[in-house]
This record gives sequence, structure tokens and C-alpha cells, in this order.
Amino acid sequence: MTDAVKRDRGLLKIDDQECKGCGLCVEACPPRVIALGEHLNHYGYRTAVYAGTGCTGCGICFMACPEPGAITVMRAVANRAAAAAIMSTGQEGSPSCASN
Amino acid sequence: MSSEQFSEYTVVHGRAKSFYERYDRKPELQHQTHFCPGCGHGIVHKLLARAIDELGIQDRTILVGPVGCSVFTYYYFDVGNVQAAHGRCPAVATAMKRSRPAGIVIGYQGDGDLSAIGSAEILHAANRGENITIIFVNNAIYSMTGGQAAPTTLLGQTSTTTPEGRSATTEGYPLHVSELLATLQGPVYIERVGLGDNKQIAQANRAIHRAVENQVKGLGFSLIEVLSPCPTIWKMSAVDSQHWVRDVMEKTYPLGVFCDRTKEAQPRRLPPEPPSLEAIPAILDIVNDDSAEASSAANKATKPIDLHVRVAGFGGQGVLLLGEVLAEAGLEAGLEVSWLPSYGPEMRSGTSNCHVRLSDETIDSPLVTAPNILVAMNEPSLRKFDKSVRPGGWIIYNGETFPTDCVRNDVHVLALPFTQIAHELGSARAGNMVMLGALLEVANGLPQSSIDAALRRLVRNTKWFELDELALSRGRELFRESFQEV
Ligand SMILES: Cc1ncc(C[n+]2csc(CCOP(=O)(O)OP(=O)(O)O)c2C)c(N)n1
Repeated sequence: MTDAVKRDRGLLKIDDQECKGCGLCVEACPPRVIALGEHLNHYGYRTAVYAGTGCTGCGICFMACPEPGAITVMRAVANRAAAAAIMSTGQEGSPSCASN
Repeated sequence: MSSEQFSEYTVVHGRAKSFYERYDRKPELQHQTHFCPGCGHGIVHKLLARAIDELGIQDRTILVGPVGCSVFTYYYFDVGNVQAAHGRCPAVATAMKRSRPAGIVIGYQGDGDLSAIGSAEILHAANRGENITIIFVNNAIYSMTGGQAAPTTLLGQTSTTTPEGRSATTEGYPLHVSELLATLQGPVYIERVGLGDNKQIAQANRAIHRAVENQVKGLGFSLIEVLSPCPTIWKMSAVDSQHWVRDVMEKTYPLGVFCDRTKEAQPRRLPPEPPSLEAIPAILDIVNDDSAEASSAANKATKPIDLHVRVAGFGGQGVLLLGEVLAEAGLEAGLEVSWLPSYGPEMRSGTSNCHVRLSDETIDSPLVTAPNILVAMNEPSLRKFDKSVRPGGWIIYNGETFPTDCVRNDVHVLALPFTQIAHELGSARAGNMVMLGALLEVANGLPQSSIDAALRRLVRNTKWFELDELALSRGRELFRESFQEV
């Protein structure tokens, strides 16, 4: 990654074995960066996929998702030391409440 | 995505610590819940797990799961788990909280579970203001069993049991549980939230956190009703069912706080410590085995005994007490005993009778269908049971003269005006004890000391105890007098 590319504030990880493709996260995502994928997973679901850019790390998709760990939301940190500090204190606040 | 890229990000929302990493369910499915895609239960589980994490109470949380789609809370939540019978969650949670006051007891219930079969339990737990938290997931239907109407089903909503739509005429109106419970004085916090859109979910998150926190602070009963989508039974997509919660369900069930006494609520005092197990026999006045042994040595029956006694009379004549004293004396004497009362719903003036068995051997049945002693306290009772007395048995009859048509040449009869005799001793109500005195002469084998001990246990009032003792010995005398003459 170079300085020229603007880094996203957030990043999404979707577990395509836990996701059941209900689509609630797609509906919930304020910047609309989640879609249902084209291919079926092992259980026959079209699971959610992240567009790859545009995530703000708001966490709203996480709250809308019925599965405990299908979505993991990450947020960019200024540097590695700060990242380590956040990791050691656990999760950071509640998601902001932008409406869809 | 390269690992380098991830190292510049940190997890802000991921699986709650209060969930297991893998679920102890069907081998192939241990990494996902059993809920249908888009099920509201999954979201409520998540909000609850989050609250438990945030409040740092995972190691002292006890979750009471319901019967319904969310029956498997114990698969997912890494906390203490108990699964209650259908609708009984508030009763089980009450017991949990009272016996483990430091535990955080959270009940999780569906609308069928809570508002139909469990309507009594929730009402009384709320009214008692039990210091528990109830998460009430209202999806307006019985989902697990395939979509029957619930008390919460909307007017006009179709279900397998209301195929034409719920009608107020035949099924009544949707039950507003939160509003109903908010009329009680017991609850501290009641709020209805929804899962109809992002804003609603965020509010649900705050409400659930608050309801658990209230308990952590010891404030009392909190309930959060969550309007929750059921895409499968409603036959809608996950997204449409989410919208249905917001656009349709919410019209019948407005969101909001229905009761909030958190400001004025004082932390509830802990219930008094229950007595220790060792103290219970004394509280119930049960002699422990060692001393029972000791007393029975003194009170031991002096000869083999096999009594089949039927006592019958009007309610209020002391029928049951007579039987009880006899059975209790048998216990004192180390015999096998049974005492079986049988009476109508009337407290007074109805007929009443009891079956008493005393034996050296194990008793096969407490029913006495063929007594060897019948105590008949009035004529109707005599006529009801006289034929059932075994040949060679006894009838002790409360009456000056024995009805001639009841005379049998194969049974012994003692007929005396026992009530009148007791009246002369001090009270007509001691007639039963005069009759018991006579019976003890017939049975002959129970030591007086066992009778005294039984009477002392059952008749606490000294005045009555003394009168009853007098009546017993008068009964014994009368028997002896009567049969010396024979
Ligand atoms: C004593 C008893 N009666 C009936 C049932 C059948 N039963 C199982 S789940 C259920 C309804 C559950 O509905 P609800 O509480 O709304 O939960 P949901 O499945 O909708 O989440 C019923 C009636 C049972 N298991 N036990």
C-alpha cells in the first residue's frame, strides 16, 4: 500500500461458512459496500461479500447479522502501537447509529 | 487481502466472548447457529451476549432458556445454562436468583412461551418484582411448531390455526404484554424495542444492556420485549420480514418505555438465608432417625398388629384427626402406617372418612376396602360401610342403639352415645377421642406412651390435649365395662 492510495477507515471480514446469505447486512450497510455473492457456499447459500473498498467500520452490518461471528468489523489504527493498545483493552465502543 | 493490510486494522466488532467458539451440536454445523437465515433470535442472542461482555458478568450469568425456536441457548452462550419447561422460565429464574443471589439470572422467552402457556408465571414474577431480567422475543407466532397463532398474533394475521386471519371475535385481541405488566407495582423497567431497522436495533442493544445492568445493580425486575422477524413462518424474505416488523407489527405494538422506576428503586435486600438442611427436620418437627429409634424402643408395639381401619362421619366430627392420631401413634411404635383422607369439598357438614393402616409388615395399599375396625360416627356412615367390615371385625358406633337391620352375627359391635359422653367430659368435640380410646382397647397392642406422643404432636393446645387424654381413657374404660358385662 502506498501513501498515494487513501486507506479505508474500516475493513470487513465475512466468514462464508457461517454466513447464511439472509442479506440483512446488505440492507443495513450505510455505504452500501456489501452484496450477495454469485456462487453458492458449501451449504448452498449465496453468502455476503465485501466490495473490497468503502467500509467505514461503523459496525452496523455486524449488529444486523443474526450469526455470532459471520461478520468481523475492523477499524484502521494510526500506527501499530495504537493497534496493540486497542487490542489489549478489548473492543472499542458501540457502533454509531447512522440510519440506512 | 494481505496479512500486512490486516495488521493495520484492529477488530472493533466480532464474536462476543460470551459465545462459544464452536457449538456442541451436529458435527458438521458447529460453526453456525440452528436459526433460519434472517431470524431475529440470532440478533437478540448477539445483543445479549454483547451486554454480558460489556458488563463483565459472563462467569456469574445464568441463562434460563425457553421452549421454542430459541430452546438451544445452551449451545451458544458460554455461561451457566438451565432449560425450563414451556413457559416456566420465570419460576425457574426466580429459584435460581433466590438460591444464587450473586448470579445474574436472565430469562429468555418467546411469545408463545411467555404469553400463552407461561402467562401466569411471568405475571407473578413481575408482580413480585423478582430481581431477574427477562428478554421477551415477540415474533407474533409459534414458530418452532410450524406457525400456530399466539396470543400476540396480529388481527388479520394468518396462521395455521387462523387460516382466515385472526379475528377478535373468535381469538380475542393481540396481548400487549409490556403494557399489561407495566400496570403492576413490581417491575422496575419495561421497554418494547424492535429489530425493524438499524435505528431500532441500536435501541434494542441499549435496552437489553440496561435491563441486565439493572439486575447487576440489584434494582429488580426488568423486561425487554423485542419485536422480532420470523422470515420462515411469515413466508417472507429476511429483509421483507425486517420491514414488516417496522411497518406493520409496530402499529399494533408501539415501541417505547412502559415503566421506569430505576431512579427511585433501591437495591433490593437479599432474601433471608434459607435454613440449613440439618435444621429442616426440627423446623418440621420431624424426629431424626436416631431418636425415633430410641423412642420406638420405649413405645414398641407389644404384639403383632395388622389394622385395617375405616373412620367415617360428618366433616367437623374429628374423623380425620382420629385417624391421624392412630397413624402417628403407629409410627411412634415403629410400625408401618398409612393414613388416607377422603372428603368432599365442604369444610363442614359434608361427609368425610379416612383409611388407616397399621402393620408390622410392609403395607401394600393404603386403601381400606374391607376394614377389621369400622368407626362410624353417625348412622349414614354406618349404613355406608357396615357391609364392608370383615367377619370377626369390629364396629364402633356413635349411637345409643345399634340399628337392628344393621346387626350381623359375624361382627362385634360397641354402640354408645360417644358425643354425649364427651359432652359430659367437657366438650362434645372430644367424641372422636372417646371412640379412639375404645378402638385402642380393641386393637390392644399400641402402648399408651406412643399415643401420648402422637397426641402431643397433633394437638398443640394444652386445654384440648388434656381433654383428649381424658376422653381417651374414658373410651378405654367404657370398652372394658361394656365387655365385662358380656
Ligand atoms: C408443555 C408443552 N406444550 C407444548 C409444547 C409444544 N411447543 C413447542 S415450541 C411451542 C411454541 C413456541 O412459540 P414461541 O414461544 O413463540 O417461540 P418461537 O418458536 O416462536 O421462537 C410449543 C407450543 C411443548 N414443547 N411443551
